[in-house]
Amino acid sequence: MAISLAAVGAGLAVIGAGLGIGKIGGMATEAMARQPEFAGKIQTAMLITAAMVEGVALFAVIVAILEIYS
Amino acid sequence: MKKFAMAFGLLLIPLMMSAAAGGGEEGGEQNGHGGEKEGLDVGAFIAHHTGDSHDYVIEIPFFKYTLHLPVILWTDKGLSVFSSAKFKGDNEGKVVVTDKKGNKFVKIHEVIYYADKVKDNPHPNVFDFKSRPLDFSFTRNALAILFVFLILLVLIYFTRKVYYEPDKVPRGIAKFIEPLIIFVRDEIAIPNIGPDKYEKYMPYLLTVFFFILLSNLIGLIPFAPFGHNITGNIVVTFVLALFTFILTTLAGNKHYWKHIFNPPVPAFVKPIMIPVEIMGMFIKPFALMVRLFANMFAGHTILISLVLLIFIFGSVLFAPVSGLFYVFMGFIKILVAFLQAYVFTILSALFIGLALAEDHEEEHGEKPELANH
Amino acid sequence: MNLTSPETLVFWMTLFFLIFAYLLTKLGWKPILTAVKEREKAIEEAVKEAERTRQEMAKLKAENEELLQQARREREEILREARELKDKIIAEARSEAEKVRSEELAKTRKLIEAEKEAVLKDLQNQVATISLEIAEKVLGEQFADREKQVEYIKKNLSALKLN
Repeated sequence: MAISLAAVGAGLAVIGAGLGIGKIGGMATEAMARQPEFAGKIQTAMLITAAMVEGVALFAVIVAILEIYS
Repeated sequence: MKKFAMAFGLLLIPLMMSAAAGGGEEGGEQNGHGGEKEGLDVGAFIAHHTGDSHDYVIEIPFFKYTLHLPVILWTDKGLSVFSSAKFKGDNEGKVVVTDKKGNKFVKIHEVIYYADKVKDNPHPNVFDFKSRPLDFSFTRNALAILFVFLILLVLIYFTRKVYYEPDKVPRGIAKFIEPLIIFVRDEIAIPNIGPDKYEKYMPYLLTVFFFILLSNLIGLIPFAPFGHNITGNIVVTFVLALFTFILTTLAGNKHYWKHIFNPPVPAFVKPIMIPVEIMGMFIKPFALMVRLFANMFAGHTILISLVLLIFIFGSVLFAPVSGLFYVFMGFIKILVAFLQAYVFTILSALFIGLALAEDHEEEHGEKPELANH
Repeated sequence: MNLTSPETLVFWMTLFFLIFAYLLTKLGWKPILTAVKEREKAIEEAVKEAERTRQEMAKLKAENEELLQQARREREEILREARELKDKIIAEARSEAEKVRSEELAKTRKLIEAEKEAVLKDLQNQVATISLEIAEKVLGEQFADREKQVEYIKKNLSALKLN
């Protein structure tokens, strides 16, 4: 069983992404529950921020893939 | 909607099986390095399907057609054009092609090298420009880009025809496209660039938005002329990010440059801040590039892997499960497609707007947006 | 990740992007954006026009109301004046009538007075004559010069002052 450090690194990055996006989603729903009239804006902001965080996590995935191929 | 999803999913399963079967044959032929199973090299298969290729293979059930795209090389001895059929589908550097000028080429993993240089160095690097000519071939991804732009042109042409009678309600395809255009204008361009300067940048933003959206969506459709993964190719996203970077730099006014080279911070922090700001200027488009590429590439890889699970498990009965996963992931991917197009466009608009920003924001020590809180 | 030669796609992608961005702009974005803007402007104009028309309608209605009010007021005015006039005329007529009547009364009284005077005179004359006749008869004699005796009795009578 060969432990590929790249895979471990990608897994850790996914943990970070999951935590981050989960927190974003949680806070966003809480904010939406407090002020339902702003739900549209909050949802937009949540999606954009989630995309950003996911982008950062995917940096790590790219690095892992680079390590596999070289 | 549910019925449509079920029909789509059910149709996909045989398609995916046939497509994967074709790939399985290929994988069986090449025993790629690092493949543990004989018969199918997952890595090579994925690399082949998400990467680029000099051939254009159309594979639908019971029909396989290979279009050999032209190979255009710029060698030391001048331009050399020939059809990729000469390589006879070889990807391991075994077939040597000699062109009219006497150059010999081999193709290893879709990169063309000089045959004699490869003899000395059996594992060449793609960035080693001494052992390979400059490649300007019209590859599969280039064809796909052309295809996407042609579809976009057709759509926009039909949308525009509606506007010859401007007082009527838009009908036909304009009903879908026009709200998107207005969305880009009102939600992305005007809030970020400002209501007086946005018109110059609208064409670029619109082109980028629709290109990314269309190519993402096209990449999700698994059959014949679609299904090519262009935004999942880092070079394509690099070009898009490059355009954004160029536009941002060209649009920068004095205030913007002042901020980068002379930020309003105390003097002892400046030696740290200035390199950081300069790096930031490059890292922002870099992040755009990697974000789009990684999302699309990861999505396609997952989708292909889901199908390959059938072959890894080695049993046809796994097909419905795989097909179900495929449909599910497909829906997530559609959302991600729209989202990534939106995020790329809005970040481009944001960077352009930052470059065009007027004065009086930092000097007074207050930011106008916060006043609304 | 299959990194085929990067310059391939850089070249083709840049080429296609520039060509098609230009084509799309000329054929698509610019006309659609201008058409949409025109439409928005037309809608705004139409809304403003509708607003303006509504305001004018309201103003016209207010003016009409105003006119009606004024007409009503004038009517009241006229009626009142007419009423006053009527009252005045009646009063005048009445006073006129009063005056005429009192004049007539006065005249009648005068006439009556005159008649009474006349009648009295007549009566006086007749009384004179009758008393003369009576005296004649009583005295059996005829007074000479009847007229002188009538005069004498008239004088006595007027001294009596019969009313």
